[in-house]
Amino acid sequence: MTDAMIEAQDLGKRYGDFVALSGASFAVRRGEVVGFLGPNGAGKTTTMKILTCFIAPTEGTARVNGADVFEDAMAVRRAIGYLPESTPLYTEMLVLEYLDWAARMRGIEGADATKRIRTVVEETGLGDVVGKEIRALSKGYRQRVGIAQALIHEPPILILDEPMSGLDPNQAMEIRDLIKAMGKERTVILSTHNLAEVQATCNRVLIIARGKLVADDTPNHLRETAGKARFMVTFAKADTTENAVRDALGKIAGVERVATATGTVDEIAFEVVPASGEDLRAKLFQAAVEQKLTLLELRREDQNLEGIFRELTLGGNDHA
Amino acid sequence: MRNTLAIARRQFASYFNGATAYIVICSVLLIFGFLFWQTFFLYGRATMRDMFNLMPWMLLVAAPALTMGLIAEEKRNGTIEILLTMPVRDSDVVVGKFLGVLGLYAVMLALTLPYPLSVSTLGPLDWGQVFTGYLGLFLQGAAMLAIGILASSWTDNQLVALFASMFVCFALWIIDKVLPLLPSGAASVLEWLSFDYHLRSMARGVVDTRDVAYFLSLMGFSLMFSFRALESRRWR
Repeated sequence: MTDAMIEAQDLGKRYGDFVALSGASFAVRRGEVVGFLGPNGAGKTTTMKILTCFIAPTEGTARVNGADVFEDAMAVRRAIGYLPESTPLYTEMLVLEYLDWAARMRGIEGADATKRIRTVVEETGLGDVVGKEIRALSKGYRQRVGIAQALIHEPPILILDEPMSGLDPNQAMEIRDLIKAMGKERTVILSTHNLAEVQATCNRVLIIARGKLVADDTPNHLRETAGKARFMVTFAKADTTENAVRDALGKIAGVERVATATGTVDEIAFEVVPASGEDLRAKLFQAAVEQKLTLLELRREDQNLEGIFRELTLGGNDHA
Repeated sequence: MRNTLAIARRQFASYFNGATAYIVICSVLLIFGFLFWQTFFLYGRATMRDMFNLMPWMLLVAAPALTMGLIAEEKRNGTIEILLTMPVRDSDVVVGKFLGVLGLYAVMLALTLPYPLSVSTLGPLDWGQVFTGYLGLFLQGAAMLAIGILASSWTDNQLVALFASMFVCFALWIIDKVLPLLPSGAASVLEWLSFDYHLRSMARGVVDTRDVAYFLSLMGFSLMFSFRALESRRWR
């Protein structure tokens, strides 16, 4: 794993008797977008604070871009752009002033600073608000300022702690697109407890629960292996009875169970659980044709990651 | 060094961005001006001696007020996390903040210059004495601001920082006033610890390196301990 940008070995952090994180080992390769997923207080923020050298681990080591987070904190900090949880900014400053300050702090001055600021303003879409005070900005724009600040020195690694929490759906979508764009050239680590965000942005997910790493996988693979897909089928209410339809669906090869879902007055809906991870949509469609049923809707339930998340984070079931 | 200046500049500017700088400077100048001129004509002497007696009282309120938020507020709202994950040493942060607030204090002192100037039109003013007095005030202010930063680095509550630094500064201020109550050995140590003891001679026009060293070491110790307090988050 020569192009590992981040390598953590048995990382742990203890505050007195309280164990915030223990035995976390993982590696993040160049160009990956990795999501830290876990309930609040699981250790996501602690891990990020260790990687950014804000706090030191009490156990284990981590190397960022080849430098040790404890021994060579300055090199690590130079390689990282960091946006902490809840976007703490100097709200009395103008956006431009703030970015200029961030550039100076990173040792960028003069014409270089002007150029970098212009680039990040463009990248993060801050053009319209550069002359405004940060406190006058919406949460979505503040988030962009925070990301712009993290990008100012063109870091190879970007660490974002809950970059999409507290945003309305439109803002969240914009930030999500921004992160995807960032992820094209950079290694990005972001934390969230929103599964849709992970699926939309990350090519790998690390699930952390109770201070431990419980899963390390791609979102798709995790879904295929750990959780069973379910299929929701809706038919128009016809001459056949609900029970007859259910029996017909139950006879399809590979179906484990058929449950009635909530329909409406003129619709009947079923939840079909397959025996394996097989995609049953084609077979369900065939069955509908054979039974001369009017198929209104057929979809694969994409909530599964949530089930996996619950299973991994609530159950005692640690498979890492 | 560059980082230190960037932090200092930002801090200095932020006082003027909000109302803080204007309120503190205006109230100090107003109260001080009133007290100064109220008694000035009673004595009928062209001297600034009163200024160097009154100004420390102003500082007792102003220094803690200006410094209480420096680190505590950044801890409270989390901005310290961005600041301390930039490629800066913790000591750069402390020194930068100190220079920022020291700059504001220098501006405040400079704005009192019209007083000696107007006094000098009324009679012969000993400018040497004025200069050493200002130097003493500047040094004492610097030490008090450093104490304020120390208090601010220990808490994330601005009020706690305010009262802690007020308490320490006041204690150092009055410590030589309780001397008659103490055995003589302790008395000389405590006298040496007091602000007043060191400022008095400077206000008379005497610059003694021991007085300068006192203020500088008080400042240095406070800054060093604030730096330790910041750094302690990374101890293991």
